[in-house]
Amino acid sequence: MAHRVVITGLGICAPNGVGLTNFTNSLREGKGGIRFYPELKELNFGCQVAGKPILTTEYINNYFTKLQLRDLNASGVVYGVIAGTDAWNDAGLSKAAKEEPDWDSGVIFGTGILGVDKFRESIHHVDAGNTRRLGSTSVIQTMASGISAYLGGILGSGNQVTTNSSACTTGTEGVIMAYDRIYNGKAKRILTGSCSDSGPYVWGGFDAMRILPRSFNDNPDKASRPLSASASGFVPGSGAGALVLESLESARERGANIYAEVLGGAINSGGHRGGGSMTAPNSMSVQRCIREALANAGLSSREIDAINGHLTATAKDPVEIHNWQKALELTGTDFPYINSFKGIMGHGLAAAGSLECVAAILQFKEGQIFGNVNSEDLHPEIEKLVDRSRIPEKTINYKPKTIAKASFGFGDVNACVIFKNFEE
Amino acid sequence: MEKEDYYQQLRGIVQPYLPEDVTIKDVTPESHFINELNINSANLVDIVLDVEDAFGITLENDDMDQMQTVNDAIAIINKKRS
Repeated sequence: MAHRVVITGLGICAPNGVGLTNFTNSLREGKGGIRFYPELKELNFGCQVAGKPILTTEYINNYFTKLQLRDLNASGVVYGVIAGTDAWNDAGLSKAAKEEPDWDSGVIFGTGILGVDKFRESIHHVDAGNTRRLGSTSVIQTMASGISAYLGGILGSGNQVTTNSSACTTGTEGVIMAYDRIYNGKAKRILTGSCSDSGPYVWGGFDAMRILPRSFNDNPDKASRPLSASASGFVPGSGAGALVLESLESARERGANIYAEVLGGAINSGGHRGGGSMTAPNSMSVQRCIREALANAGLSSREIDAINGHLTATAKDPVEIHNWQKALELTGTDFPYINSFKGIMGHGLAAAGSLECVAAILQFKEGQIFGNVNSEDLHPEIEKLVDRSRIPEKTINYKPKTIAKASFGFGDVNACVIFKNFEE
Repeated sequence: MEKEDYYQQLRGIVQPYLPEDVTIKDVTPESHFINELNINSANLVDIVLDVEDAFGITLENDDMDQMQTVNDAIAIINKKRS
């Protein structure tokens, strides 16, 4: 039996705001979270600006036991636990009792790589012949599934507890995986989301690939320029977003607040064929993914009110717009509203999909389409396909009924999910 | 350092590893770390590292195997520091 799936909780730990209130204000006002980091300058990075959540020790202490805080050196775990715990509380759910887990609740919380700083610390111990000095914290903070394991333990989840990983697609993929599991009646609630560590050891490889902007080190607010003619690379980010997906029956039984309904989605891969590669998307598979998501949701392209794209601020943004245009067969003023939040928060890598899903869903609640920061010089190839009015520079008041959210990742992998403003 | 001082210092080391339902008052010289204090066996390696740092000693694998109770730990510290 198929179950309708709704979203009843959101949590966020983002460069442009920790907690839903700060995050929403930032998106509405276009107030950025990208900053200059002297550490990156000292390390001779070409790109010395990045996005990183601002957290105090006191704030972090509220989410972990004293024992968990000992030797904790994994920023992704910190971001993920904050966002995940907040989403659970936001849904009005409580932790399982001491003796028995909650068999109906699971965790699907992804990451690209976890506990990089902890791993570095461990490598130094091992290389010095001091393996025994690693203690018990090295494995749990560096295993990829550490983040779902932490959250599953804190909440007492007795259903599936796992970590998915598909580069920049991770967070959006997780939403669809959670949707599938609840739709099929295998769980009543899934906490889904994703996190990404911050710091030079995560961002360095991208800097070496020369795909990060290098000329905005003294002007961080302007560095991330999705959709613009002057886009020169993505600004590396970090953080975590989290969503509680729940069967409609379960949400009703609890009298829970419902943010939106998940109508469906699609996940596919371009197989590094037809122009696709480890780092570039196969356009045919991107278009197919979008079309399959619409079909799965039972919507026609004209029923999509707004799109939140992947749109990273590289030279490939016009290609993505072209793919949306081809898939939807809409142009000019017929094209839905479209935005990218990466101008404000940078590219959260494995966290991007979940950070942006949370932001996209907040647009239902706010009755707004958040603006496209740094898009004033819209790319001419994009303007040929989509009317400027559909790419608002500043936040506009408009309550969408449906939003399509897509993420595309290294490895030529794609995910597209369709959200709908909840109606009985 | 006297044995009583070792004991007091050990209590301080053990305290953060106690589960929620065990308090520092439950810790006696006879307490078994895993069976009585319900300390997670994975955390026993952290206690060993904290003991090494606090007392400036190094515990061998045999010492670690023998360190089952608070008294065992005190005996090992005594031996290493004498």
